[in-house]
Amino acid sequence: MAAGAAPRPRVTADQLRKRRSRSLKEEVIRLSLLGSALVSVFVSVGIVSVLLGEALPFFGEVSVSEFVTGTTWTPLLEPRHFGVLPLVGGTLLVAAIAALLAVPVGSLAALYLSEYASPRVRRRLKPTLEILAGVPTVVYGTFALAVVTPTLQAILPDVRVFNALSAGIVVGIMILPMVASLSDDALRAVPQSLRNAGYGVGATKREISLGIVYPAAFSGVISSYLLAISRAIGETMIVAMAAGSTPRLTLNPLESIQTMTGYIVQVSLGDTPAGSIEFQSIFAVGLGLFLMTLAMNLLSQKIMARFRETYS
Amino acid sequence: MTASDRFRADSGRRHRRERTFRRLALSATWFGVVMLGILIVGILKDGVGQLSLDFLDNFPSRKPEQAGFKAAIWGSVWAVSFTGVFSVPLGIGAAIYLEEYAHKGRLVRILELLIANLAGVPSILYGMLGLIAFVRMFGLETTTILGIEVPFGRSVLAGSATLTLLILPVIIIASREALRAVPDSLRQAAYGIGATRWQCVRHHVLPAAIPGMLTGVVLALSRALGETAPLIMIGALTYVAFVPETPYDLFTAMPIQIFNWASRPQLEFHHLAATGCIVLLVVLLGMNGLAVWLRNRAESRKA
Repeated sequence: MAAGAAPRPRVTADQLRKRRSRSLKEEVIRLSLLGSALVSVFVSVGIVSVLLGEALPFFGEVSVSEFVTGTTWTPLLEPRHFGVLPLVGGTLLVAAIAALLAVPVGSLAALYLSEYASPRVRRRLKPTLEILAGVPTVVYGTFALAVVTPTLQAILPDVRVFNALSAGIVVGIMILPMVASLSDDALRAVPQSLRNAGYGVGATKREISLGIVYPAAFSGVISSYLLAISRAIGETMIVAMAAGSTPRLTLNPLESIQTMTGYIVQVSLGDTPAGSIEFQSIFAVGLGLFLMTLAMNLLSQKIMARFRETYS
Repeated sequence: MTASDRFRADSGRRHRRERTFRRLALSATWFGVVMLGILIVGILKDGVGQLSLDFLDNFPSRKPEQAGFKAAIWGSVWAVSFTGVFSVPLGIGAAIYLEEYAHKGRLVRILELLIANLAGVPSILYGMLGLIAFVRMFGLETTTILGIEVPFGRSVLAGSATLTLLILPVIIIASREALRAVPDSLRQAAYGIGATRWQCVRHHVLPAAIPGMLTGVVLALSRALGETAPLIMIGALTYVAFVPETPYDLFTAMPIQIFNWASRPQLEFHHLAATGCIVLLVVLLGMNGLAVWLRNRAESRKA
């Protein structure tokens, strides 16, 4: 190297400029990715504020206590009554029928898949069951009207054209794969050593399944039940099509009822001007629906988190 | 009776119970499969008679023998295409941020909690959000911002925006799983030769994760295709006798048309609803097949 010549700079000015623009580009990309992640925050805030924004004026006209404890729901007829209990009752009746079907059948199916089925049978049966979860609810609704209700009417002559039983059964079929699939995951997470301990004392497979595996996976199983029931509470099309539109506080599943979601659909199919009390009432009902499903989902996540801790 | 007699009697009973339980559990598993079969047969029996090219090519009509599915099919194609255009970059972007960029701190915990809970919000509530935020834009006067007409009204755009918010959590969760499945060695190799974070993601992580992400995207879009309640809320119309030509056009969709036919009193329309269900199920079956194919291809590449 000749003496006196300036040392070659490690980084030329040109390269520096390129590097700065590269880091600017990096920053822009990072910010736009952050932006996409923050959409979830806006959606959450949006749902809550839309429900509150329309429900608060409603609660200016109808007191909260009248809404929550009232037993008559006649929002479209004079004299108007805004007691939400008939809608809540209808929702819970349908969800209870669905749970009565999906919880025992789904749990037994989960026990079969995790404890009895060979890997080959499992690989075929589980995806087939999961197809049920992908069937659009409007198809289930058509199925309820075209197949389930006429079948029920042939067995029980008292069944109305629109009834809670038919809707509940079909909602139960819809949430069945959810119970089976999530419970199966929970059951399979139980360590093999617990089963082996059962075989060691001479227990049969049924005794191990029901006495050891199911109790050991109980919190995971319970959280699958809660998620499925929350789905049943929020289900809209099946109940709007098959359960009827008669708000009624009843335990008789053969009668026509109306659920919270069913009412929201009924009002939005009509020409209800924004700002009217009927329009606002669907947001009050929606707020109730949101709080019910959110509570069940949070509870389910909490139980699930405790279950994960046990076996990790 | 001696102890061993009691044991023998007991043992017989226990094994009978074992057999009964096994049969019970097996039939519970088959219950779902049988119900799926009954559903398909029931829908086919009612609907297959009306299935014809005319059905696919006619607009809805008050006369059942002339009513068709054309507006609904094209409305669904428009709505789901735009949903894909909006939701894929947003969902994958959010997943990349959460997996590749964010520090595991409070922000990530909050976002995870929100995403998990948004996935459990009933779809009809997304419809209520869409009605206020997109159709009416909180009562905004009609104007044009950056060449986009707002509020969206009951247009394809409002429907797609609503469906986007609905399926966003599904896409984010599936894309995060796909990103997590990419081995860390790939990232370390990229950083080792001086790649920036984005270069590493763009050239190394994403190509490895894309097949898994696509599976999630296709499944999420097939959910968007079958959704009814949110579109009813935003007022997607049932009597639309045209195919949308711009994103601002009114539209109907396959599930809406099925719902409309099923709620009419005449039996002929009930049968048309079943025919619509057949078309919808065939399209969904195709999309599910595509998702399975993508997943298998991704797995065979890895191996």
